[in-house]
Amino acid sequence: MSRGVHTGTYHVRYWIVLTLLASGLVVIGARAAYLQVVVSDYLQRQGDARYLRIVTDNAHRGMILDRNGEPLGISTPVESVWVHPATFVNSRDRWPALTKRLGLSENELERSVRRAHGREFMYVKRHVTPDVAKRVMAMGIPGVALQREYRRYYPTGSVSGHVVGFTNIDDHGQEGLELAYDHFLRSTPGKKRVLKDLYGNVVETVESISLPMAGQDLVLSIDRRIQYLAYRELKAAIETYNARAATAIVLDAHTGEVLAMVNQPGFNPNNRANLRSTAFRNRAVTDVFEPGSTLKPFTIAVALESGKYVPDTLINTAPGELQIGARTISDHRDYGWLSVAQVIEKSSNVGAAKIALAMNKNHIWNMFRNVGFGGTTGSRLPGESSGLVNAPSRWVPIDQANVSFGYGISVTALQLARAYGALANDGLMLPVTLLRRDNPVRARKVMSPRTARQIREMLELAVSRTGTGRAAQVLHYRVAGKTGTVHKLVSGNYAEDRYVASFAGMAPASNPRLVMVVTVDEPGEQKHFGGQTAAPVFSRVMAGALRLLNIPPDLPAQPVRWAAPAGSNETT
Amino acid sequence: MLVMLTAMAVVTLRHQSRLLFVEYQSLQAARDSLNIEWGKLLLEEGAWSEHRRVETLARDRLRMATPVARRVVIVKEQRGAAP
Repeated sequence: MSRGVHTGTYHVRYWIVLTLLASGLVVIGARAAYLQVVVSDYLQRQGDARYLRIVTDNAHRGMILDRNGEPLGISTPVESVWVHPATFVNSRDRWPALTKRLGLSENELERSVRRAHGREFMYVKRHVTPDVAKRVMAMGIPGVALQREYRRYYPTGSVSGHVVGFTNIDDHGQEGLELAYDHFLRSTPGKKRVLKDLYGNVVETVESISLPMAGQDLVLSIDRRIQYLAYRELKAAIETYNARAATAIVLDAHTGEVLAMVNQPGFNPNNRANLRSTAFRNRAVTDVFEPGSTLKPFTIAVALESGKYVPDTLINTAPGELQIGARTISDHRDYGWLSVAQVIEKSSNVGAAKIALAMNKNHIWNMFRNVGFGGTTGSRLPGESSGLVNAPSRWVPIDQANVSFGYGISVTALQLARAYGALANDGLMLPVTLLRRDNPVRARKVMSPRTARQIREMLELAVSRTGTGRAAQVLHYRVAGKTGTVHKLVSGNYAEDRYVASFAGMAPASNPRLVMVVTVDEPGEQKHFGGQTAAPVFSRVMAGALRLLNIPPDLPAQPVRWAAPAGSNETT
Repeated sequence: MLVMLTAMAVVTLRHQSRLLFVEYQSLQAARDSLNIEWGKLLLEEGAWSEHRRVETLARDRLRMATPVARRVVIVKEQRGAAP
């Protein structure tokens, strides 16, 4: 009797089970369809986001080379240690070993990790040597990884610190030519897509999206040997004369290239810790000074160009003083009658002022502007100053007299060097550059070749035994140049006991190849004249540079006994 | 059939591209290590040839000196160099 009941029961159960299974299948199928079709994009993205990463691939910055291909700034690869904070916190017990290896404080690490909570990337230590990096990775701490970066080294250190400048930790130029030519030197990091595992280690590189591009090399006009020579002599000079600062620039007269540019005090660009912003100012282009007597040749050039004066024209400078309005211009002593050439030789202010007052002030202004005062040099160095030349419409006679011997006008050392370059180059002025110049550039005529030659002869007198710049003599070479000593302007007044001493000159005088300007800022009490401080530096650097560049002597006479300053530098 | 063939081709090419990529990566690593070496050598050369060091060596160890004025003799070339 129970058979039918049983059968019936099984039948019902059969359908119940079947329905349950079928509906389960439908639910699963629907879910699968939902995942595969409706939200698949979202899930795919989420999945990728968990293991596919795009990482940057750094390339090295271009090298900075001197004109002979010697490195002045090179990038070497280093590794930066970074962590994936979320993974890294789980290996808390391994931290002491890591901090010890990297020389970090554990507390600080903990604080940084807490601050980086929720982020994917945190630097632990940047720029470690490949050796240390390898050891860190050998420790196998989960979440720790390396990033290839490049660090800049400057083999010449402080010798060319101001010119070359330096980069920051991210390899971007901060100062000097590193900043000026940053776009040229800079590398373009590449991008690549990689697969990463749970711990953030790269398992596989899937593809590269863009290739890293290294920066281009920059070849400077600087000659490392001359740069070092100028550096050494300048450093010695500020110690000897107890000066506040000093600058030297060596220019190739025929091409306008800067062969050396040195400032003191210097700084070592390799050591980022001790950088003080005052030390890395490139004074040769950022600081202006009143050039003083070094400007006189250009006043005389106006006089010679006007045709009113020839080098032998006599000027009465007695009694060594000249009253203009309420002001008095004075010489060191009463020179009496001087020829135009002797005005340069003795550096007579009265003579220069008298000549200037006989000139049209617009002509003087034009000459100064033409030789580049009051305009930037185009060196592209950051922070370059253009100096100041007041408009002639505002000149009263005393201004006209003052400007003739370099007061009331301010210039940079590089401008002065460029202007002397025009004297050296027979009146043709070349644009200056800090990059090696392989093709000649157009020069601008600023005075007749005859005037330039006559002025060079006068400048040779100034370096003669009887001139103010005799300490600038170089053995076996003819030198032409001019000293300058000015009282410093301190808050609008000329300070009695603070000077800027300078010397600007060229050699060999028969056919000048090198132009050099030396300025010494605030030399000590004892020796403060340009002829005492700047001229000896000129002599030593010029002697070495002429020798290094194999420039044939133009005064191969017998050694001259009276050349004591020049002779003495042979033993240094 | 075509689908099967292209599917196989995709797999093969994918595999090959991975192999090439691995090779590329290892070559890149080799280049990098050579670059590191080169940079090191450049820096080392810079350190050894530092002017101050060369100068000190020349003066102190080799006892070299710039000749004094009266020991310098200037020799002119036969075809008359610049006077």
